[in-house]
Amino acid sequence: METGLIIAIATMGGLGLLFAGGLAFADKKLRVTENPLIGKVFEVLPGANCGGCGKAGCYDFAVNVVEGKAKINGCPVGGNETAEKIAQILGVEKGVSEKMLPRVLCRGGNKEAVKKMTEYLGPVSCEAITIISGGDKLCAYGCVGGGDCVNACPFDAMYMNDNGLPEILEDICTGCGICAKVCPRNVIEMHPATRTVFVLCKNQDEPKTAKEVCSVACIGCGICARKSEGGIEMRGYLPVINYDKLDEGLIPFDKCKTGAIVNLKKLS
Amino acid sequence: MNFFKNIRTFNGGIHPPEEKQITKDLPLETMPDPEMIVLPTVQHIGRPAKIIAEKGKIVAAGEVIAEADGYISSPVLSSVCGKVEKIGMNSTVSGFQKECIFISKSDNGEIRKYDPINPEYASLDEIRTRIKIAGIVGQGGAAFPTFVKLSPPATKKIEYLIINGCECEPYLTRDYRLMLERPADIIAGLKISMKASGAETGIIGIEENKQDAINILSKLVENENRIFVESVKTKYPQGAEKMLIKAVTGREVPPGKLPVEVGAVIQNVGTAVEVYEAVVKGNPPLYTWLTVSGKGIKNPKNLKVKIGTPLEQVINFCGGLTQDAVKIIAGGPMMGVGQYELSAPVMKATSGIIVLTESEIHSHQETNCLRCGKCIQVCPMNLLPTRLAKLSQLGRIEEAESLGINSCMECGSCVYGCPANIPLVQWIRIGKKSLLKLNQQKKTV
Repeated sequence: METGLIIAIATMGGLGLLFAGGLAFADKKLRVTENPLIGKVFEVLPGANCGGCGKAGCYDFAVNVVEGKAKINGCPVGGNETAEKIAQILGVEKGVSEKMLPRVLCRGGNKEAVKKMTEYLGPVSCEAITIISGGDKLCAYGCVGGGDCVNACPFDAMYMNDNGLPEILEDICTGCGICAKVCPRNVIEMHPATRTVFVLCKNQDEPKTAKEVCSVACIGCGICARKSEGGIEMRGYLPVINYDKLDEGLIPFDKCKTGAIVNLKKLS
Repeated sequence: MNFFKNIRTFNGGIHPPEEKQITKDLPLETMPDPEMIVLPTVQHIGRPAKIIAEKGKIVAAGEVIAEADGYISSPVLSSVCGKVEKIGMNSTVSGFQKECIFISKSDNGEIRKYDPINPEYASLDEIRTRIKIAGIVGQGGAAFPTFVKLSPPATKKIEYLIINGCECEPYLTRDYRLMLERPADIIAGLKISMKASGAETGIIGIEENKQDAINILSKLVENENRIFVESVKTKYPQGAEKMLIKAVTGREVPPGKLPVEVGAVIQNVGTAVEVYEAVVKGNPPLYTWLTVSGKGIKNPKNLKVKIGTPLEQVINFCGGLTQDAVKIIAGGPMMGVGQYELSAPVMKATSGIIVLTESEIHSHQETNCLRCGKCIQVCPMNLLPTRLAKLSQLGRIEEAESLGINSCMECGSCVYGCPANIPLVQWIRIGKKSLLKLNQQKKTV
């Protein structure tokens, strides 16, 4: 009776010692030391896991920042504030992080864009619409109105307006840029929030065709480029703005026949 | 004893109403040349042809106006004698704007013919080169350059050359008419193709519902010991490459591979006729055959038309549209492409123009999936369409890839039977496109 008890205690005790030794060994030899900075940086990040920085979520971004693989101002959602906090934690200079905003460079909604004689009955998704002859609008460059950008926005900062075009709620928008990535026609572009001059058209057709497919299309007259003294360059039938050289005062906004080039500051 | 006979076929598939009686008994009719033809540079799978014709130049029928660019590509021949009026964008039956050459017809002019070759004595290369320069592409729909099919890589051997006379798409009857009217030419084309590819056995696969075609061709091959006519079950998509190979040889083409992997090559009956014409007779392929059918067309017809004829003129030649026509499809109703502009021309592989009325198309409200599994039952590739469609909708593309989304050939059988009217194949197509994008991104990173 007593020996049984002793054997049991000895076995259990022995096993306990053995495993404790194993654990102690593993603790010393297999320990993974995480840089404590990673945790600190992770705490100041927005935590939306939107992927706007190009990394797989906020934690991955924190790891990369601490290891020096990502820029301190790489988080477009947190913007300047977060960059400052990260810079404090890491004790380095912060770069300049400008708030970015998506711009919808198309005004050809259901009212303006001319429709084909046919009707699109497939699934409502820009990706689907562009596979099948580009949907029911004649313009081969503009917004197709399927709302992929609205569905992709992780912050609910977009909606489709009555005219079938996406609108951005700039107060909520964090500038992560997902909408620009999913747009199959590249109608949405990311620009610093301070930029206000845009050509709101992507149509590269010759003037006659452009007029036929949409009432507000840029017809490629080139007047903005001629007056801009190098700030705007014509590429084919579409003006392209060079923001480094642009002088807003020189652009004849009221001379644009279809109003395709705009200054958002004046509009608001 | 027919009851016990094991009819050759594949798993899954559907049997939509055939509707072939509309044009079944109408002989192939040659349509007069239109005043202006439009020839897109992309009428085949592969790189677009490079334009060599210049504006204002006079060209002969059969003259090369755009040459093949790369190995998997095909030249474009002018189908009429005339003047190159313009080179510019025009809509095509694929639904997209593509670069096209516009040629106005002139009444006098030559047809550029080739020297006839006697296939008995001709070398392998001679035949292949002829098929290549004539720009012959598969007439079955995908328009894969024929000479590429007939030139297997050195490591592979082709055993079977299969002529596809299934014509499983509803409404279409042009293959059927070709089999009735030109059976000897089809067999001659098959023999030439067998020689060019080195195939030992030739098989002509025909669906059971075309019994008279089976009878005629069987009679012609009675004394041949290497050519057989095989009747297969009437089922859609029996005419798909992989399904027909499974049915007649019992072999399964591995996912993502070409039929040559299992030693088989498939050719449409139309392609066989074109091969015969180009090699033995020396005629360049200027025509394509098509069925113009559906309740929305006044006089349905089986036609032989010049490649490059705008759809509008073909429709007008058939009496025009009826009042209640709502949908125009180039190709068969299952896999064809809906058209929005009738200036698009007939291309090398256009097999039909189908005009449907409201009573023939069913556009219902989409509802939630009932989990009935009907799509899984009918999928000829043994996929899970409902799951793939959902994954594609949710953007979980990698998961869809692991479930074999790329094996889908977009036959549309799943949508045909879906009681919830879910656009399954449409979502799968989107998924395939997203997957392509994803893989390209991975490559560049």
